[in-house]
Amino acid sequence: MQKVLTGKCIVIGDNIDTDQIYPGRFLAITDPKEIGSHCLCGVSEDIAGNFPEGGFVVAGRNFGCGSSREHAPIALINMGAVAVLADSFARIFFRNAVNLGLLPIICKGINKHVKEGQTLTLDVEAGTVNVHETGEVFECEKLGDQAMKILEAGGIKPMMRAKFAGK
Amino acid sequence: MHAIEKILMKNSGKSNIHTGEIVNAKIDFAEINDLYLQTVYSFYEMGGQKVWDNERCAFVFDHYAPCPDIKSAENHKAMREFAIKNNLRFHFDTNCGVCHQVMPEAGVIYPGMIVVATDSHTTTHGAFGAMGTGCGATDMATILMTGELWFRVPEIIEVRLDGKTQKGVYPKDVILAVLGKIRADGAVYKAIDFTGSYVEGLNVAGRMTICNMAVEMGAKTAYMQPNSDVLEYVKKRAVRPYEVQYTDPGYKYAESYTFDVSGIEPELACPSSVENVHTLSSVVAEGEVKINQGYIGSCTGGRVEDIAEAAKILKGRHIPEYTRLVVIPASREVMLECMTRGYISDLMNAGATISTPGCGACLGAHEGILAPGEVCITSTNRNFPGRMGSTEALMYLASPATVAASMVYGKITDPREFLN
Repeated sequence: MQKVLTGKCIVIGDNIDTDQIYPGRFLAITDPKEIGSHCLCGVSEDIAGNFPEGGFVVAGRNFGCGSSREHAPIALINMGAVAVLADSFARIFFRNAVNLGLLPIICKGINKHVKEGQTLTLDVEAGTVNVHETGEVFECEKLGDQAMKILEAGGIKPMMRAKFAGK
Repeated sequence: MHAIEKILMKNSGKSNIHTGEIVNAKIDFAEINDLYLQTVYSFYEMGGQKVWDNERCAFVFDHYAPCPDIKSAENHKAMREFAIKNNLRFHFDTNCGVCHQVMPEAGVIYPGMIVVATDSHTTTHGAFGAMGTGCGATDMATILMTGELWFRVPEIIEVRLDGKTQKGVYPKDVILAVLGKIRADGAVYKAIDFTGSYVEGLNVAGRMTICNMAVEMGAKTAYMQPNSDVLEYVKKRAVRPYEVQYTDPGYKYAESYTFDVSGIEPELACPSSVENVHTLSSVVAEGEVKINQGYIGSCTGGRVEDIAEAAKILKGRHIPEYTRLVVIPASREVMLECMTRGYISDLMNAGATISTPGCGACLGAHEGILAPGEVCITSTNRNFPGRMGSTEALMYLASPATVAASMVYGKITDPREFLN
């Protein structure tokens, strides 16, 4: 896994739930690219089409609350996001993100300080986010051992494939 | 040690367990709903061949029952093929209802077990003294392959509910009042144990409503110590022997909240957040709130007891012209019981639209979608923007009785007006 990532960001608010990330009316869709094209359309229809490849979603508290739908991280990844930086995450979203290799990083207060379109560098091991335009550095919580183990394997799928191939 | 910790300890084969520890626990029952064909994809992508135990997992077709479009029909078709190939003992097709109602009815939920489902409202099963939690499609695929899932042993919060509710105040009002206090992220990663005299005396339906909405505070799971109603319910249905777990006396909770339920009024979660809770009286005091659609149903508010309250209020009355009331019983069993008791005809005579047991419009899939600018009052669990259709529609969460009372005049109305 890449542990230092640089990209542009978008900034959204608190309690961004899975209905806003990926509305119920699209749930029957299974093609990942098509799922990505509807990402965050509950917040704004304009986000997915203009999202910077390899970029960050910066949000407030309780990101990903609501449904257990894995479409939410699938949508974010296929929209081009590599990480979500937020005050806090809902539990099922956190698990789903880690399983699929999307980084859910707790970085308290960041959404009050960064602006849409700014360039950020996330250092996963150091636990820092650097804002290029302002030089500000934010400390974030480091991911736990279990999450890191899955992420370093490239997600739960490669991890399970390796486990079952050996059997 | 807490009952939840004992359940996790037993299923992970350990002799001790502590908060924050990661354990691999055996799953007693796993359920996949019909939004999650990705589970089947992930299962094969990870090298899965057969499910670990064909008696311990099942599909429930509830979100798209019956299918509203070709895409969901294709998903159902692929899931049926997977179920047949794996010779699953249990299968719940489009004629059954919402998974969290259907599973207890089928006896696959019982005290002391771990149930995991691809649905956030799996916290519902705490009502039975089980540990229920939701997961995503790929986590579910790992369960189907191994029969296990990793868990972090959660901190446990006590929500103590004491006293008796006033007439016209229901379990839904109680959990909305709790939610307004603890907020939408007050229990993230944690478990909630509901205790107190109100819980001890509460029936199965009411317990399910309260545990169901624990996830709206972010909870990983919910728990209620089984009472005689629960034990009576599971005795008649459980497909396996079970062991009730008990919390040791003197257990120290991470946090405790106490509510005197006698002070709770009919409550509303106002647009567009579950934590935006206000008393109904304070909302209507600020001005009339006109309603386009009422909705009674879901794993939160679609049981016999819920529909009974609505029928009691609407019997002999009629909803206003140019409004609609959608009623979706939570399961086939619920619907049959409501038909026997005459509630369905009472509601239909009052102008209600009755639809097939399932999730219906709760998540905006079909059967009652809202147009921009419309206002809905609903007995369901979420009022996020776009949850039931347009992001420009407004939703108020309320008890089934409040929904029914509001449909008498087509504006938000206190149910106590109709209860003497």
